[in-house]
Amino acid sequence: MPGRELTVAARLSVPATAKKGEPVEIRIAIQHPMETGFRFGIDGRAIPKNVINRFSCRFEGAEVFSAEMGSGISANPFLDFYATAEKSGTFEFEWIDDAGVRGRESAKIEVA
Amino acid sequence: MLGASLAAGFGRAAFAQVPIENGMNAIVRDLTGGAAMREGRVRLQLPRLADNGTSVPLKVTVQSPMTAADRVRSISILSPRNPRPLMATFRFGEESPRAEVMTRVRLNGTQRVLAIAQMSDGSFWSATSEVEVTESACLDAS
Amino acid sequence: MRLLVATVVCGASLALAADRPAPLRSGVEFTGSDARALQADDVANPGMLWVSRGEKLWSEPAGTSGKSCADCHGDAAKSMKGVAARTVHLEERINDCHAGRQDARAFEPESQPLLSLAAYVAYQSRGMPMAIEDTPQNHASLERGRALYHRRSGQLNLACSQCHDDNWGKKLAAETLSQGHPNAFPEYRLSWESVGSLARRIRACYSGIRAEMPEYGSPDLADLETYLGWRSSGLPIESPGVRR
Repeated sequence: MPGRELTVAARLSVPATAKKGEPVEIRIAIQHPMETGFRFGIDGRAIPKNVINRFSCRFEGAEVFSAEMGSGISANPFLDFYATAEKSGTFEFEWIDDAGVRGRESAKIEVA
Repeated sequence: MLGASLAAGFGRAAFAQVPIENGMNAIVRDLTGGAAMREGRVRLQLPRLADNGTSVPLKVTVQSPMTAADRVRSISILSPRNPRPLMATFRFGEESPRAEVMTRVRLNGTQRVLAIAQMSDGSFWSATSEVEVTESACLDAS
Repeated sequence: MRLLVATVVCGASLALAADRPAPLRSGVEFTGSDARALQADDVANPGMLWVSRGEKLWSEPAGTSGKSCADCHGDAAKSMKGVAARTVHLEERINDCHAGRQDARAFEPESQPLLSLAAYVAYQSRGMPMAIEDTPQNHASLERGRALYHRRSGQLNLACSQCHDDNWGKKLAAETLSQGHPNAFPEYRLSWESVGSLARRIRACYSGIRAEMPEYGSPDLADLETYLGWRSSGLPIESPGVRR
């Protein structure tokens, strides 16, 4: 099964409900080798660098948090950050790696 | 700093304290435009001894009211020993309630990791955290 | 560092140790505190990403059969519960189904889809005690595994028992020697930056004592897995574990 066809796995933790304007903790782990470009394959050639270089979290279209990342971030990158929701809505998460492969996740939140 | 390391004495691998010339200082100058970085407000937490250098937990917190007038714009994490000194930059949107991030990083040996926060008033604040990174006990050729 | 190891263990008693360490302790007790915290966190545990992927693969048709695992085995939470507790050579068993019953090309050893399915299946037994018994079917393998476990080999001339029976709990450089149990596999090792199988871990140990690593699928690896499975009886399954 070629690696590209497998959909990227990601595990996400977003509270289902929150009070208006209170900080909510968001945690996400994305399966990705974060290939540094410094490793060599069995053929002696360098394995090309390929890391998730940008991650963003939007709430109802507005960007709340973003990360520019390099090979110094561990494989299967993990991020834990905060956002607020003034009203019920959807968090959208997007990321892209050096090879141009995009990933996305989303989660709804109910605001009291 | 080198002299202090060598004098640190018995059991310390003094050579491990010498930062490699990886270009971190140039990146710091680019980020800050040469402005002074103040100490305080930034708290950078990593374990004193890493379980493994491929994945070290990192938490960075910046004290800030996070109001429109007084907030954190970004936090950058830098390494003096990794081949690429700029490890990540986290940016906080207008609605972000807290300048606090946890992630996991690769550390290429024992080193003092640096965090630089840029505030909405243009000021820069920094903190460091020293991490010991040891080699695995046994060779693993699997 | 390695010279120190040889000095310590050469002085160890050559008398036959009891078959199982007492008390029986999972590797989670000996690994780093950060790895231990990661294992307990279902979002941050990187091994869970393989479980998630395995869950997706479970429902995908494979091979010329056009059947998915779910088509025969239904809900894995029910049908696979307890399987990892009583089955050795889990990855081979999954591959047998994939190649034999789904009529698909066999997975390569340590390939991502195979590890994902193994992680998902083993996860269904999380918390259950290891229960590999000495049966007429596996007795020969178990005895061969036992003999291998106690035999010195490699340039360092060490037997598994010398570290994992005689010296568990003691330091090896910055790490603490575990009892060498298989109850957390497939596991995410920080040093691998990936989930890996018990077979990979045993191969890693062979390289650690500077011995030639047995090939995947070799009888020596299979026999050691049988013995290690039996030897860990009673320990709760932690898959997917996190170790250094």
